[in-house]
Amino acid sequence: MTASIKMKTRDLDFYYGDFLALKKISISFVANQVTALIGPSGCGKSTYIRCLNRMNDLIPGVKVEGEIALDECDIYSQEMEVIELRRRVGMVFQKPNPFPKSIYENVAYAPRIHGLARKGSEMDELVEGSLQKAGLWDEVGYRLTHPATSLSGGQQQRLCIARALAMEPEVLLMDEPASALDPIATQKIEELIHELKNRLTIIIVTHNMQQAARVSDSTAFFYMGELVEIDGTDKIFTRPEKKQTEEYITGRFG
Amino acid sequence: MNNTEASQPSKRLQKRYKAEKRFKRYCITALLLAISFLVVFFFSLISKGASAFRQAEILTEIAFHEQSRQMPLAAVNEDLRHLVSRGWLRKVPMMLKENPKLMDTVQTYWVVADAEVDQYLKGKPNKLRPRQKKVIERLKDEGRVKLNFNVYFFLNGDSKMPEIAGIKSALVGTIYVLFLTLIFCFPVGVMTAVYLEEFAPDNRFTQAIEVNINNLAAIPSILYGLLGLAIFINTFHVPRSSALAGGLTLGLMTLPVIIISTRTAIRAVPDSIREAALGVGASRWQMVLHHVLPLSFPGILTGTIIGLAQAMGETAPLLIVGMMAFIPDVPGSLTQAATVLPAQIYTWSSSSLRPFEARTAAAILVLLVVLLLMNALAVFLRQKFQRKW
Repeated sequence: MTASIKMKTRDLDFYYGDFLALKKISISFVANQVTALIGPSGCGKSTYIRCLNRMNDLIPGVKVEGEIALDECDIYSQEMEVIELRRRVGMVFQKPNPFPKSIYENVAYAPRIHGLARKGSEMDELVEGSLQKAGLWDEVGYRLTHPATSLSGGQQQRLCIARALAMEPEVLLMDEPASALDPIATQKIEELIHELKNRLTIIIVTHNMQQAARVSDSTAFFYMGELVEIDGTDKIFTRPEKKQTEEYITGRFG
Repeated sequence: MNNTEASQPSKRLQKRYKAEKRFKRYCITALLLAISFLVVFFFSLISKGASAFRQAEILTEIAFHEQSRQMPLAAVNEDLRHLVSRGWLRKVPMMLKENPKLMDTVQTYWVVADAEVDQYLKGKPNKLRPRQKKVIERLKDEGRVKLNFNVYFFLNGDSKMPEIAGIKSALVGTIYVLFLTLIFCFPVGVMTAVYLEEFAPDNRFTQAIEVNINNLAAIPSILYGLLGLAIFINTFHVPRSSALAGGLTLGLMTLPVIIISTRTAIRAVPDSIREAALGVGASRWQMVLHHVLPLSFPGILTGTIIGLAQAMGETAPLLIVGMMAFIPDVPGSLTQAATVLPAQIYTWSSSSLRPFEARTAAAILVLLVVLLLMNALAVFLRQKFQRKW
């Protein structure tokens, strides 16, 4: 596989008001790979992932410095509409947050507002395809009109993944997608990440070290708003370069 | 609570239980007191007002001729002349105008009886002379006088003659005013709330607006009347006493209520829904329109209906814009002089004629029924929208 860079940040500084939350973060995300971001609570990994689709713009008083690029194109530049950016860079949140509408409506919403599919059979196919990709079709295919909130937590989270997949994104950001789920639902999400890797680039924030080791190709360790180390997952978990990384992954702090 | 195992229940514990029971008793007493007030209120209203829903009518011959066209009183026999309603007889020339074939014929009608006859039949104090009472007793024996359902109460406007005074003009005025209040303050209120909650930056200016809106909701309503008088009538020359002036004034008063309830409803929508919408690339406006507003709609609706119900019972601001008036005719347009139910109730309650007492209570009952229906509608709509998603 040729290692093409899908998304990258260079010298990214991020401020909440006067507080510098991220310091000079430079990471390149390789296409069709899974990158895990690990680190103790408050280290800035969630803040970082939310910079990548400009979700932080919504918070008053934040400031972003440095460069964030998707396919070599600055996401703050004129050519990049924030709406289009969020279509190309999908996001799955920590707590499953389906719209309180039907299962079908949840998946069809994004394609409809972006005009990706026409109403009718074209949309039906897209919804079915997205649910299949998210491994949810067999469980909900026969009850698409049911409210999404009637699903279990794990199913809701996979529905949120299907919802993101329906807009055919190129990058999928996952902010601790399994932290609110039980082990079996977590396992399903992890299997899903393995399958999705072929289609898109995945960036996942996780608190669970084993999960990072299981699902990711490379791992980045954040501490106090700084990127301590980034390398192949195997290397990070066996022979980390920095002492801090080693201490964190062996559970001595954090 | 089972204390038998404790060999020596401490005094302290017993005291606590006692205090708890005592407190519970106080609460129940308060509740019973409130219920008894309500029962007394309704009992008094219904016992007073119920009689107004029935009206004495006399079966009599009406002679249509040139003389009765000029002087309607001549249409009935002399012995009944002061027993039937003069108000009803006023219709005789109109009936002739509508249907000229009636001329020089004699027709039999159930004619509304005079208010004194009505009072007499209902066993209330009246000013009938003994001779007139005898006539009534005779008519009673012949079955020519009875208490019928009072359709005139709903079909007539106000009148100085109690037997033909009705609430129709006030009811229509109330509908006009509420309609105007709704179309004025619903869009303005909801959009203001949406802007303040979803778009406005959090700075001194918006905070000042917020504080002021909360204050406006607590301002005595009569001040809104003065505001309406100054703005709508003096500056924009909206006709005085019109439903338009009243509706806009009540709209001003209801606006803060709608803004506050809409903001509360919008704030109750979890942020995770907003993130979900923005996360799939919805614009802010789409997020509000597709997700936040539909989810907060039941709350907005409830707030609006409660605000309208409040406006419907409001009298003070309408006093200032001249809606506390004697309006016998149903207003034909929004700019004609109109009155509303509470104003009608007030006008009747201050009347010195005894028969108006029952009509006042009956009008209050009608107002209460309409208010209860509105609140029931709010509950029904909320339930319905909550299930649908």
